[in-house]
Amino acid sequence: MSQVHIASRRDFLKRALTSTALLSGTCGSALLTAAEPGAAQAKSKVVIARDALLRGTGSTVDSRRMLSLLDRAMQALFDRDDPVENWRRVVRPGDSVGLKVNTLGGRGISSNLQLVEAICERLQEAGIRAKDIVVWDRDSGEMERAGFRVSVGGNGVQCFGTDGVDYEQDLALYGSVGSRLSKILTQRTNVLINVPVLKDHDGAGVTIALKNMYGVIHNPNKYHPNGCDPYVADLNMLPEIRTRMRLVICDATTAMYDGGPAYKPDHSWKENALIVSQDPVALDYMGWQMIERKRAQKGLKTLEGEERAPRYIATAADAEHRLGMNDPTRISRVEI
Amino acid sequence: MFRQSQVLEGESEEMHGARSQPGCGLDRRSFLKCAVASGAALGMGELAQPAVGSPSEVGQQKQDDARFIVEARFYEKQKNLRIKCKLCPRECVVGDRERGYCGVRENRGGTYYTLVHSRVCAAHVDPIEKKPLFHYLPGTVAFSLATAGCNVNCKFCQNWDISQTRPEQIPASYVPPQMVATLAKQNGCPTIAYTYSEPVIFSEYVMDAADAGHEAGIRSIVVSNGYIQEEALKAAYGKMDAVKIDLKSFSESYYRNVVSGQLKPVLESLVTLKKLGKWTEIVYLVVPTLNDSDAEFRGLAQWVKTNLGVDVPLHFTQFHPEYLLKNLPITPVSTLERAKAIADAEGLHYVYIGNVPGHPSQNTYCPKCRHMLVERVGFTASKVLIRKNGCPFCHQPIPGIWNA
Ligand SMILES: [Zn+2]
Repeated sequence: MSQVHIASRRDFLKRALTSTALLSGTCGSALLTAAEPGAAQAKSKVVIARDALLRGTGSTVDSRRMLSLLDRAMQALFDRDDPVENWRRVVRPGDSVGLKVNTLGGRGISSNLQLVEAICERLQEAGIRAKDIVVWDRDSGEMERAGFRVSVGGNGVQCFGTDGVDYEQDLALYGSVGSRLSKILTQRTNVLINVPVLKDHDGAGVTIALKNMYGVIHNPNKYHPNGCDPYVADLNMLPEIRTRMRLVICDATTAMYDGGPAYKPDHSWKENALIVSQDPVALDYMGWQMIERKRAQKGLKTLEGEERAPRYIATAADAEHRLGMNDPTRISRVEI
Repeated sequence: MFRQSQVLEGESEEMHGARSQPGCGLDRRSFLKCAVASGAALGMGELAQPAVGSPSEVGQQKQDDARFIVEARFYEKQKNLRIKCKLCPRECVVGDRERGYCGVRENRGGTYYTLVHSRVCAAHVDPIEKKPLFHYLPGTVAFSLATAGCNVNCKFCQNWDISQTRPEQIPASYVPPQMVATLAKQNGCPTIAYTYSEPVIFSEYVMDAADAGHEAGIRSIVVSNGYIQEEALKAAYGKMDAVKIDLKSFSESYYRNVVSGQLKPVLESLVTLKKLGKWTEIVYLVVPTLNDSDAEFRGLAQWVKTNLGVDVPLHFTQFHPEYLLKNLPITPVSTLERAKAIADAEGLHYVYIGNVPGHPSQNTYCPKCRHMLVERVGFTASKVLIRKNGCPFCHQPIPGIWNA
C-alpha cells in the first residue's frame, strides 16, 4: 500500500518545515536507534517494572514511589543509572512533547495521574519546558472525568483534549485508513509519548499502545469492524504518528482482563506495574499475554476462544507494516 | 486552569494565583510536578480559550448536550452492558461507553442513545429535482436537512465532512420536529427532505419530524442508501411520502470495498419499499472503472425490471472525484449514455442521466408516444405537461406523485 497525504501546497510546505527530518526514516537523530523496531538484527526490549508497595497501605498510588518505579523502568530499558540521562535519549531540549493518555475509562481505568506527573517531571529535568509538554486525549470533558485538570496557556504543562483545537481538515491516508488527525499531534508536538492503559477490549481483544492511537483521529468508530484489523496497524503507519512515537509507557497499575473498554471494577486487578518499550508492537504482545494469564487465573476462555484475539498485533508486525516485533523469540522481556 | 506550581489533591481554586511562581514555598519536586490531577477541583475546570497554536479554533460542542440525546429505537440489550444495534444490517455490538460504526449512537451503561435527535448540521431549501426525485411534485422545493454521521463510508462521498464525522465535531443547531415543520412552511416547502448524510442513522428524528410535518400538512421524503433493517425501514420510511435510494453498484465486492456495506440488504429494502407502495426512485452513481461495465448495467436493469417493475425511475449520475477517490476522472457522458441505452433496451421506462446540465435525458418522455412531458433546466422543472397523472397526448398513465 502506498502512503498518500492529501494536502494543499501550503500545508505541504508547512509540514516540510516541521517534519521532513522526522520523515527521513532514521529520524535524523541517534535518539531513536533503540526505537527502530524494524531493524532486523535487534531484539525489542520490553520492561515490566513492578512495585508491590506502589499504593502503600491505601488505594491511591504514591507519587514518590511512582517516580521511583518509572526511573527503574527507564534504567532497565536504557541500561543507564541516571534517570535524567535516560530521558535525554528520548527527548531533546526544544522538543514539544505530547503525552497521549487514555481517559475513556473514567477514574477507574485511565492513565494514572501520578505516572503522568512523574513523566512530566523527568521531561522537564531533561530540558523540556513545561509549556512544551501537552498531556492530551480526544476530549477535555473525558479527561476531567478521569481526574485531569484542563489547562491551556501560561507557562505550565498543557492539558487539554482535541475537542479544544479540532482535527486537521486534510485526511491522512494509509491503507484502510483515511482520517483527520488531532492538531495536538500535528501542530503542537514533534514527540509522542504513548501512555496507554492495559485492558481488555470487547471488539479488539485488547487495547494497549497501538489502539490508543484511535484517540488521535476524528473517526475511530469506522475502524472497529473485524476486530479493528487491519485498521489499528494501518493507523499506526501514518507518518505523523509513526515518526513521533518514541516511547510507550503503559500504565498497568490497574488493568482489566475482561469487559473493557469501559471500567468494570469486577474485572480489573491491581498489577502495580509499568510496561515500557520503544516498540509498541512488542509491548502490546506482552500486555496481551499478561491479560491472557489473568484470564486463565480467573477461569475465563482465552481471547482466541472468544473469537476476539487481537489479530491486529500480528498485522502491525507483518512485512507490510513492520511496526515492531510480535515474535516472542525476538522480544527481550525484562521483569524487575 | 492550573499553573505550573500547583499541587495535587485538595487544593482550592483561590490558591492557584498565589502559587503561580516558583519560590513561594514549594519544594523543587512540587514545582516540577505538573499537577495534572484535578483533585477537588474536578468539575470546575473551565475550558479556557487557549493561546496561539493551540485551542484557538474551539469549534466543537460539548459532547453532552442533553437536548440531542434520546434513547435509540431498534436495539437489543445484551449481558455485560452490551447492546446490539438493530437499526442497520451491520448489527454493531457496542460495549458500554462505545459508539456504533455510525458514530452517532452511544452505549451509556447498557442503554443505547442517539446523539443526533434534532441536531441539524446542514439545512437548505433545495429544488426537489436536486435530490433527485423526478416524479414527485416537480418544480417544488424541499426543506432539506441532515445530522452528522453515516452507517457506511463511501470512498466517493461528496459530504464526508458531515457524514464521516461525530456530531460533537461539527457545529449544529437544535431544530426540534415542530420547528422543522414550521420552517418548511415558512420557506414555502411542501416537503421535508432528510438527506445529505444518511438518514438511516437519524431515524428517530426522521420519524418524529415526519409526524410533525404531516400534522402541519407538510410531506416528507428521504434520500438514503437503503442500508437498513426491515423493521426499521417499515417504521421510519413507512412514514415517508417518497423515497430515493442510492443503489451504489450491483456487485457485493464494490459494496464491500468502496462502500463498506452490503448490496443484498439494499436490494431487500427496495423490494420492501415496493411492497409498502412507497414512491421510490433509484440513483446509480457511475464511477469510472469501478461500477461501469455493461454487464453490471444490464444486471441492474434486469433486476429492477423483475423485482420492481419498469416504471421505477433509474438515474445514472455523474461521479466527481472526491474524498478517497480523487484519483479517478469525472464519469464521461458517453458512459452514462451507454448505461442508459442498456437500461432502455431492457425495457425500463424512465431512465435518466443526472449531474450533466442540459442533457436531454434529464427530461421525462412518454414511454408510449415519446412526447416530452417534463422539461428540466438545471435543477428545476421548466415545463410540466402531465395532466391527470398521464400523458396529455396519448393518455398513457405516468407514475409518480404529480400534484400537491
Ligand atoms: Zn404519450
